Amino acid sequence: MNKYDVIIVGAGVAGLSAAYVLAKAGVNVVVLERGLNPGSKNVMGGVLYRQMMEELIPEFWKDAPLERPIVEQRFWLMGKDAVTSGGYKDLEWSKPPYNNFTVFRGKFDAWFASKCVEAGALIINETVAVECIVKEGKVVGVRTTRPDGDLYANVVILADGVNSLLARRLGFHKEWRPSQVALAIMEQIKLPALTIEERFNVASGQGVTIELYGDATLGMMGTAFIYTNKEHVSIGCGTLLSQLSQSKITPYDLLDRLKQHPLVEPLIKGGEAVEYYAHLIPEGGYHSVPKLVGNGVMIIGDAAQLVNGIHREGSNLAMTSGRLAAEAYLIAHRVGDFDERMLSPYAVAITESYVIKDLKKYKNATHIMEKNPAYFNTYLPAVNEAAKEFLSVDGRPKRSKQWLILKRFFGHRGWFRSLWEIIKLGRSMK
Amino acid sequence: MHIVVCIKQVPDAAQVKIDPITNTLDRSSAPAILNPYDEHAVEAAIAIKKQFGGKVSVISMGPMMAKDIIKKCISMGADAGYLLSDRSFAGSDTLATSYILTMGIKKIMEADPVDLVLCGKQAVDGDTAQVGPGIARRLNFPVLTYVQKVESIEAGTIIVQRKMDNGYEIVSCPLPCLLTVEKDISELGYASLPEMIRAAKYDVITWGVNIIAADTTKMGLKGSPTSVRKIFAPEERVGGEPLEGDIKTVTGILVSKVMEKLS
Ligand SMILES: Cc1cc2nc3c(=O)[nH]c(=O)nc-3n(C[C@H](O)[C@H](O)[C@H](O)COP(=O)(O)OP(=O)(O)OC[C@H]3O[C@@H](n4cnc5c(N)ncnc54)[C@H](O)[C@@H]3O)c2cc1C
Ligand SMILES: Cc1cc2nc3c(=O)[nH]c(=O)nc-3n(C[C@H](O)[C@H](O)[C@H](O)COP(=O)(O)OP(=O)(O)OC[C@H]3O[C@@H](n4cnc5c(N)ncnc54)[C@H](O)[C@@H]3O)c2cc1C
Repeated sequence: MNKYDVIIVGAGVAGLSAAYVLAKAGVNVVVLERGLNPGSKNVMGGVLYRQMMEELIPEFWKDAPLERPIVEQRFWLMGKDAVTSGGYKDLEWSKPPYNNFTVFRGKFDAWFASKCVEAGALIINETVAVECIVKEGKVVGVRTTRPDGDLYANVVILADGVNSLLARRLGFHKEWRPSQVALAIMEQIKLPALTIEERFNVASGQGVTIELYGDATLGMMGTAFIYTNKEHVSIGCGTLLSQLSQSKITPYDLLDRLKQHPLVEPLIKGGEAVEYYAHLIPEGGYHSVPKLVGNGVMIIGDAAQLVNGIHREGSNLAMTSGRLAAEAYLIAHRVGDFDERMLSPYAVAITESYVIKDLKKYKNATHIMEKNPAYFNTYLPAVNEAAKEFLSVDGRPKRSKQWLILKRFFGHRGWFRSLWEIIKLGRSMK
Repeated sequence: MHIVVCIKQVPDAAQVKIDPITNTLDRSSAPAILNPYDEHAVEAAIAIKKQFGGKVSVISMGPMMAKDIIKKCISMGADAGYLLSDRSFAGSDTLATSYILTMGIKKIMEADPVDLVLCGKQAVDGDTAQVGPGIARRLNFPVLTYVQKVESIEAGTIIVQRKMDNGYEIVSCPLPCLLTVEKDISELGYASLPEMIRAAKYDVITWGVNIIAADTTKMGLKGSPTSVRKIFAPEERVGGEPLEGDIKTVTGILVSKVMEKLS
């Protein structure tokens, strides 16, 4: 019989993080990946966070294929042809140990996978897992589409990404509702490195991220982003699937409009779109996180809806959950017992970590914003109107301007109601 | 029966982009796959092995990344995989590539004589179809190109079908020999999970220039006299018809056809 200690389904960052920790500890681990190679099916804009990766491989930046260390993060509240912007630039971030990096997941995951193989993990590509094999209420293995395709293990870790068919088959969650996932689409625009550095005002090799709100997604709930890579600019947007389907706009039109926006277009002018991606992002937040542990099974990464949409963090949560699941396995391995109780330290550890704490912090925010379109289509534009009022020198006294600004902000929907809506959102994020 | 199959890693043609200015392939963006013709060659070799027993080895010249396609062949059922990889191989044209592969195959033959070498009809990126015949010449093996079917292997003789513009011809040839194959030569299989696991665990045998005892002046940029002036698709040849019958009838028809043209 094909028996391993652990089978991991999915060689994304979550699965690879778990595989790396397990292989390093000498555990017999096999990873099943449906793509041609790890990374070949992965889509990410992608900002990769240094801290969580370093908890796995110290000083990985010396070796890993990275694009640019991010030295500046900008935020744009967009109007039709106006923007209120803010941001933070820190040249400390251009030096080790860095803060975060842009990466191409295709290259990065392939590199990460090679590290796992060096550590002793076995990675089987082009192999689709269809379901967990369950015996007497315990997950004991995985069934694949290949001939003789059953594989057995003490524990199966599901890291099969946002759709997680396997967890669904186990009854851990239902098919996600359109309000629990965002559809993200993005393009890579090829531009010379020097052009990128001039347009984004950074020194050689440094990178910038811009998060765009408001008109960038036509007032729908979601964000758009522009990230600099070495010789590409990633541009994309994500909106809740529920709102996108109501709006009747195709995702491609949305991206096209973003690219043609008069404030965005100069950044990417003359570049050639070389790659186009579309992918779902879990956005259900805290309330959507399914059961994480069962008898002989754990769920990590996007498969467990571990994405913090408000801070566009996903890869780091995936890595941390992979590491914590692996550590929980190691304890169970010593005891030789793999039932739900023995694996539950994973659920405890993740609840006590930033992963669940952050999701909990915003647990109602997404829902409040989704239910009330005013946040995206009234208050965000009002910020631009306010800024315009404040900065236009037109001979009107400042005091009356301040009054106008307040009116712009709160006047649209009634003072009392606006105040309440803003307090409500503020409270949901505290 | 020991069969060696030459395999090349190529950019996935379905995803490769052509630089509109220089008209060259932008290889960086496309994923690397096993040359489709070579995949069929490996599958054909496995089929011959199943029928006649023996062993299948695959060999590739390329960077370390080419281990991926070697492992794929192991999952398909190949017994051994060799990678010829060395800095001094970089920049080799078809002449140098044929030389290096020949030296690799000779090294394999030292331990284990070879009865049959298979190559793809052509590589889908370079498209020259020169490497197969180049190896055959250097090994002093007869070569049969465009092979679409192996009819029989018996008493040291192989009988195959060669694809023609409109039809095929049946040819026999003594072993050892080299065939370059069409995709019709075999149906692709689907590896089982145990075979996938065996491949993932397999350690590719990697040889550098010293091990195959090759002459470094015959490889790399120095050993590659080819220069590309222009790349274009040749016009398709029109006309022609196959003549059927025994030699006597065929010559008869031929002569009368020629006479017709002349008169
Ligand atoms: C456009 C976009 C931009 C993003 N930007 C960022 C960003 O800037 N920063 C950030 O931190 N996060 C970002 N994210 C989120 C981030 O990509 C994910 O949170 C992260 O990739 C999750 O990792 P994972 O390993 O859980 O899942 P994935 O990376 O999705 O990996 C799952 C793997 O499982 C494989 N698989 C699936 N099903 C099966 C099966 N049945 N059998 C075998 N294999 C299977 C898949 O092929 C895949 O390789 C972005 C996402 C998108 C879509
Ligand atoms: C004009 C020209 C100039 C080139 N210049 C360069 C250069 O400067 N630098 C550079 O790196 N490359 C260069 N190449 C690419 C390289 O020389 C060829 O790709 C290589 O020699 C094989 O030729 P081909 O692709 O036409 O293969 P074909 O002859 O079409 O291949 C036929 C068969 O030969 C076998 N085969 C071919 N190549 C290999 C291999 N590497 N390993 C194992 N089996 C193989 C396979 O079975 C294949 O199906 C050039 C190619 C051409 C056509």
